[in-house]
Amino acid sequence: MKKGVEVSVAAALAVQLARAEVISAYPITPQTHIVEYLSELVANGELEAVYINVESEHSAMSACCGAAAAGARTFTSSSAQGLELMHEMLYVVSGLRLPVVMTTVNRALSSPLSIWGDHADVMAARDTGWIMLFCENGQEVVDSLIMAYRIGEDRRVLLPVMVNVDGFSLSHVIEPIEFPSQEEVDRFLPPYQPLFSLHPDRPVTMGAYGMPEIYSEAKYAQETAIINSKDIVKEVFDDFANRFGRRYNLVETYNTEDADFVFVALGSIGENIKSAIEELKKEGKKAGLVQLRLYRPFPWKELIDVLKDKKRIAVTERAAPGGALNGPLYTEIATLLYNNGISTKMENYILGLGGRDVMPETFIDIYKGVAREVSEVPTKEKNFMFIGVRG
Amino acid sequence: MIEVRFHGRGGQGAVTSAELVAQAAIKQNLYAQAFPSFGPERRGAPVQAYLRVSPTPIKLRSKVYHPDAVVILDATLLKTINPAEGIKDDAVIVINSNKDEEELIKLFPKLRIAYVDASKIAKEELGVSITNTTMIGALVKATNITELESLEGPVRERFGILAQRNINAYTRAFKETKVINP
Repeated sequence: MKKGVEVSVAAALAVQLARAEVISAYPITPQTHIVEYLSELVANGELEAVYINVESEHSAMSACCGAAAAGARTFTSSSAQGLELMHEMLYVVSGLRLPVVMTTVNRALSSPLSIWGDHADVMAARDTGWIMLFCENGQEVVDSLIMAYRIGEDRRVLLPVMVNVDGFSLSHVIEPIEFPSQEEVDRFLPPYQPLFSLHPDRPVTMGAYGMPEIYSEAKYAQETAIINSKDIVKEVFDDFANRFGRRYNLVETYNTEDADFVFVALGSIGENIKSAIEELKKEGKKAGLVQLRLYRPFPWKELIDVLKDKKRIAVTERAAPGGALNGPLYTEIATLLYNNGISTKMENYILGLGGRDVMPETFIDIYKGVAREVSEVPTKEKNFMFIGVRG
Repeated sequence: MIEVRFHGRGGQGAVTSAELVAQAAIKQNLYAQAFPSFGPERRGAPVQAYLRVSPTPIKLRSKVYHPDAVVILDATLLKTINPAEGIKDDAVIVINSNKDEEELIKLFPKLRIAYVDASKIAKEELGVSITNTTMIGALVKATNITELESLEGPVRERFGILAQRNINAYTRAFKETKVINP
């Protein structure tokens, strides 16, 4: 039975189903209903957890770090500037191999001051050593959060997991969502059994100095862990599908089989692209969509499989390159194709920044090659196109 | 798919209206989506909320630019906004108004108009002139977007002991709403 629930509330309910034990968050802008609702669940005794209200996002992640080191299942959530303030701790948590789970409700970064959605925040955190999942709808948010704990806490992984949820266009929408029962989730997700934990009776040191003689080895081990985690992510997706009937793939495809042209996108904008693809179908035109559900570790093999025969690839990104040659997703896919000796025509579209609505019509224009920047401000030597800039 | 745009002022509960109808539609196994106009919330300022209801999954995450129905919770908004902006040719304007038919036709010529004095109903049924739940009755009358009965669960869940008054308000509005066909 599906329930009409706001996606942020649904995320909180998923964290409740996952039996998070320590939740820490900073409760002002840019925050969402996720932690607000979790604080209610804890206060009402509906979730047996410690809720730590802290004075900054840096502290929120620090509290999760400490609690996870002590062996607790932890959760936090932030967005935009809040994620930036956590940045330092993101590396500490992944380096300590602590399976903290967080939602990043993706929002634009200031300046200009913005509270609206885009992917600038997660793009600044993309190489912090966290496993990263993206979601297209509320159901995926709930399912991803439950799976995130199973993935991160697996002893072959032991890494933090970030579930990305598009700000507003996903986080603030009421939509039909199915919730698994507590018993089903308990069977899928047993209690966290840490490999090592901080305890006065069993002293260990965590976060000790990595002298030059050992730092590279530690980083190599960490890198190996995140690269190898892809298999476990897949395993967890498969087990989830068997138990709950909803199948997820590392790379999701839509209408790609007989299309020479594909869009590549992250997150909920995929729905608008799908609507555009359906419109194009009516005109007898074939376009497909490739979505990375798993963004870190980068699912390169799965991507190559779907991209290798395409004639034209349009990579859409909701983050400005900031002086880079292209947007980060484009850059990575271009590297992937080059390394595999594929020289497909690629295009990079920067769109949907700071909450700008990108309607299906825009994707139809991109397909037809008529999408334009309107701005007359000249920009030299640009490899990407900023879509929807007004003159 | 039916797309609805709600116009209200911050604090009048336009978002709640959209949410309740979406929840009612989902109860009927339809697909639905409700969300606010994204932005800082300011009491009294014009706000919008959006609603989509469809028999098939909704693959769209944009604001509603071309609504099939527009709900106006507060007629004083007409001084500052044009609620008919972008509407489909056969759209219906659902308005809280105590004006007579001729005046409404002058305001929205050639459009279907559903009107009810929701402020009066809300004042009498709820004791306050907050019209968000009342106007749901008018929307349902004008569009059949959901069944009145499906609203009861979501309204009871949302309002607890105040639910019955809200149910009375939208049920009365459903009965009292008049529709002008162009």
